[in-house]
Amino acid sequence: MSTLDFVGLQPGAATVRGFAPAVAKPIAAQGSGDALVRIAGLTVAFDDGKRHVPVLHGIDLEIRRGETIGIVGESGCGKSVTWLAALRLLGKRARIGGTVSLDGQPMHDFSDAAMARIRGKQIAMIFQDPASSLNPVHRIGRQLAESISLHRGLTGQAARAEALRLLDRVHIPNPGQRLSAYPHELSGGMNQRVMIAMALAGEPDLLVADEPTTALDATIQAQILDLLREIRQDSGMALALISHDLGVIADICDRVMVMYAGRVVEAADSRALFATPGHPYTQGLLAALPDLDAPHRRLEAIAGTVPEPGKLPGGCSFRLRCPHADADCAAEVPGLGHIDKAHQVACLKADSL
Amino acid sequence: MLRYIASRGLRALITIFLVLSFAFVILRLSGDPALLILSPDAPPEALEAFRKGWGLDAPLWRQYLGYFLNIAEGNFGQSMRDGRPAIDLVLERIPATLAITLPAFALKLLIGVPAGIFAALHRNSLIDRLVMSLSVAGYTIPSFVLGLVLVLVFAVNLGWLPSGGYTSPWHAVLPIVTLGLGGAAILARFTRSAMLEVLGQPYIRTASAKGLIWRRVVTSHALPNAAIPTVTIIGFMVGSLIAGAVVVESVFSWPGVGRLLVSAVANRDLAVVQAILLLVAACMVTSNLVVDALYGWIDPRLRSGRTVKAGG
Repeated sequence: MSTLDFVGLQPGAATVRGFAPAVAKPIAAQGSGDALVRIAGLTVAFDDGKRHVPVLHGIDLEIRRGETIGIVGESGCGKSVTWLAALRLLGKRARIGGTVSLDGQPMHDFSDAAMARIRGKQIAMIFQDPASSLNPVHRIGRQLAESISLHRGLTGQAARAEALRLLDRVHIPNPGQRLSAYPHELSGGMNQRVMIAMALAGEPDLLVADEPTTALDATIQAQILDLLREIRQDSGMALALISHDLGVIADICDRVMVMYAGRVVEAADSRALFATPGHPYTQGLLAALPDLDAPHRRLEAIAGTVPEPGKLPGGCSFRLRCPHADADCAAEVPGLGHIDKAHQVACLKADSL
Repeated sequence: MLRYIASRGLRALITIFLVLSFAFVILRLSGDPALLILSPDAPPEALEAFRKGWGLDAPLWRQYLGYFLNIAEGNFGQSMRDGRPAIDLVLERIPATLAITLPAFALKLLIGVPAGIFAALHRNSLIDRLVMSLSVAGYTIPSFVLGLVLVLVFAVNLGWLPSGGYTSPWHAVLPIVTLGLGGAAILARFTRSAMLEVLGQPYIRTASAKGLIWRRVVTSHALPNAAIPTVTIIGFMVGSLIAGAVVVESVFSWPGVGRLLVSAVANRDLAVVQAILLLVAACMVTSNLVVDALYGWIDPRLRSGRTVKAGG
């Protein structure tokens, strides 16, 4: 995990045409000086030994301090890879292009040591499967103390006291007892709370939560989301919530980005996205959600399956599954364009839908 | 925990019992010691007297029962060749065997483990491929071939080291290297695959994501987990310290337990073969017990008893 190749800015990562402005600015770019993290033209390809399989085709996004954004999409659409790439956690086989900047500093200039200082301290990340994301051979207390000493310089009793405070902060009962427990002795929900406590140890500016509730029971999911919301409100840290579950996203996010096959296809304020989804894919996702208040109906599934990376159709990646696609859609990849002040859609038909 | 140890101990005893029973039956089915030790041309009365003297004329079940009753009293029988207690013959050979197997064991650890870790950390690099090619070569080449090649190069051609015998420390070098290289190859491969398995685990990504530099991720998160499967194979190597050098001792005429075993089997010197097998089985079983105990120490998931399951 030492050397990742940042091959520089990829020009024209998203082709823009028609109604869109010359360069599609990520929304909420107004006063871009206050962007905490800005990702521009991020591309990732995996080297499988024979060829490079592209999985991200130019992602633009911005997160301001204290903001909560949701990133939604099916498995394999690149929502996790975006953040793993930004934090250089993808390993040697990943070829990364584009820029990621933190507080205006381009991160590809940073040495590995500097990146290590950013991880956990400025950008923390929690993962999908809490049980296997914690080291099975170390006690919870040791794993927490490691983060605490790394980011806060506390050791011994001071680190233990802080670990207790953090476990209490994430509402783990009997924190003193839990410090000497091993991950396998705790439930999935408890382990995710421990992961969150570990992430909080560095008092990060941004917490990236990669499907934090996917592996958990429904009731535990709700508790973990409540906890994330509560911590965000108290600490003012920004939150990037990655999920395939629109319900989870709708619950706590200010803004939402919808990803499909390695591209952002729609970005909007939560309210706008759920009220007037602009992209046929988003519309399909919403139609596939059950509506608890409305009379029973058959849930609609999106026809077809997600294309494999490296085997995308030419033009719009979604066109083969899209009810509105025509010959124009095969011609080129649609770029993100504004359909409203805070609402961008990457679809040629966006105006007519 | 006590119950765990007791059940493990009982299983160990059963294992040893089965090994001895099996050896007892096979040895008695595979040839008549009287013919081998005296000679087929010996007068029938002499053969009869020999069989009677060693109790070989009794029914098999009676011999079997007597064998285990004697073991229970600490009597492992006498060598049919010189009448000395079999266990003494075996025990006096142990220092010679350990003189080559212990240094070879150290060599295995010192070469195999670091090579495996290094190869895993530089997966698919030139060095990884080199280490793995050597490793494949190391454990596909039988030790007698490797031993003979080393003799050819270092004793016959270069004349640096003696080719066999035991009169100086230099005589131990080639046996040690032969044993050590083969074991190092196996260990390197095991360590590498254990490391690769661990490096792909989500907790390694977590350790990086929390801000640890790569070296610390490896030392405090990857290595302790990779140690778990590696300890198994090391345990086997410890278990074979006594009898793991049969072939090498024969190739280099080294006067250890292995060579004693070969000659005792050839002569159907039943008591000696059985004493060696008892010792070997005891070593194997003991080292397995130690490995199990180590597992519990390294991997908390295998520790029973204390569980603090918490809901939600």
